[in-house]
Amino acid sequence: MTTREWLLTESPASRMQARLGRSYRVFMALMRNPLAVIGALIILVLVVLAVFAPFFATHSPYAGTLTDRLQPPGPEFWLGSDELGRDIWSRIVYGARITLVIVLLVAAIAAPLGLIVGAISGYFGGWTDRILMGITDVFLSMPKLILALAFVAALGPGIENAVIAIAITSWPAYARIARAETLTFRNSEFIAAIRLQGASAARVILRHILPLCSSSVIIRVTLDMAGIILTAAGLGFLGLGAQPPLPEWGAMISRGRAFILDQWWVATMPGFAIVIVSLGFCFLGDGLRDVLDPKSGGKQ
Amino acid sequence: MNAISLRNLDISYGDTLVVEGLSLDIAEGECFGLVGESGSGKSTVLRAITGLAPDWEGEISLFGKARGKRIDRTFAALCQMVFQDPYGSLHPRQTVDATLSEPLTIHGIGGADQRVPEMMDACGLDPKFRFRLPHQLSGGQRQRVAIARALMLKPKILLLDEPTSALDVSVQAEILNLLKRLRREQGLTYILVTHDLPVVSFLCDRLAVMRQGRIVEVATVDALKTNTMTAPYSRELVEKSTTRLSA
Repeated sequence: MTTREWLLTESPASRMQARLGRSYRVFMALMRNPLAVIGALIILVLVVLAVFAPFFATHSPYAGTLTDRLQPPGPEFWLGSDELGRDIWSRIVYGARITLVIVLLVAAIAAPLGLIVGAISGYFGGWTDRILMGITDVFLSMPKLILALAFVAALGPGIENAVIAIAITSWPAYARIARAETLTFRNSEFIAAIRLQGASAARVILRHILPLCSSSVIIRVTLDMAGIILTAAGLGFLGLGAQPPLPEWGAMISRGRAFILDQWWVATMPGFAIVIVSLGFCFLGDGLRDVLDPKSGGKQ
Repeated sequence: MNAISLRNLDISYGDTLVVEGLSLDIAEGECFGLVGESGSGKSTVLRAITGLAPDWEGEISLFGKARGKRIDRTFAALCQMVFQDPYGSLHPRQTVDATLSEPLTIHGIGGADQRVPEMMDACGLDPKFRFRLPHQLSGGQRQRVAIARALMLKPKILLLDEPTSALDVSVQAEILNLLKRLRREQGLTYILVTHDLPVVSFLCDRLAVMRQGRIVEVATVDALKTNTMTAPYSRELVEKSTTRLSA
């Protein structure tokens, strides 16, 4: 029996095999979608760059020589150098770490928070629902960047605070999705059956409702990653995100603004980085939706 | 002692009274049929007994112990339910194994690796289905999983809400035979809700005919078979059922 047959068998012999088989099917379906593959590759490159930044960077991201300031792209400085003579390529490579950390932290805070608030709200209904959804609506009604700005202004500038601010502004969307999904099956018979066995509300929500909401939230989070990167870059651009000399992409664009007419590469190169990575997450999110979302006729 | 005893039961959904003044005694080991047209409140009675329809007045007691309105674990272990639609009553993302182990986990009972295959065997499920998802099973197989899940806690009472009406005719017979065998082997007490009178005469000892939330008549299955039920509505129901069969 080949590994492939073992993974795809209709009658798995153990829990492990069943789980691996399912992941393999999702993976195969994802690989059949060219855009998703491109997206996944871009993100893979981002992750590799971030993890092995010292290997890919040709210069130090912080130290520059002033005699080399504002050099155009060339063999010495692949993407040019900035106003302090620092290599832009190296700064972008190190900046990938910051971007990745921001994106992962925001996803790790906002997605579970939104899922749990939404599922509780949808499952219990009544007053719980009204109160939780009222709070959600308050957060939803404010523009993301403005709210994030307010939080950062209150907490003080810096990456950690930017992460907290972005997370606080992005959970309501997930809460809404999770609530809507929960409502569609909270009265279904399989939930009634599990309640009849004496399962506590916490158990029903955590073990039976959340797994059903999670695929739509995962899709939404992946699609939102681009927005998170842009918000982080926006905060950086306004000087409220990562502080100098950290090579955050938004902050780099902000520094390059002064030279945009004569030395276009200073602002453009980190801009490209933001666009490419955002596109990568969007492609992957679209692909995931095709594979995971039962409503769009996925073959799962 | 009566397995189930209902006294002056009024059940409502919101402001609507669905079942009114219902009293019934069902002996241990008996299979009792509740028949009636849709909307007669027969499924609601089952939901009240299990705790899914908590809005009731009167008394529900199982083996002499009165139960509260909410679902609780002692009664869950005593009395379980099989739903009508096997396509909707299994969690779509959980394997058969997970579905069957869950009741054991909830009640803190160990030995799932031994008890799940045993129960699958008792319900006529091939061991190779153990790690499949519901969408890889047929309707009949799913209903067997649902029955197995209901029996995992070794309940004494099984409430059956039209357990065969969503299935193919050929599969219906298999499930009915399974239910008959399980009852004999495990000494179960059944309440079977259905609008299908042949199912009642195959499986049940006694039946009650319900109409608009009230019991019209309680009769033995012999009375159904020999067509000697007394209430006019019961006769009407029997007649409708036979004309439908011959048509």
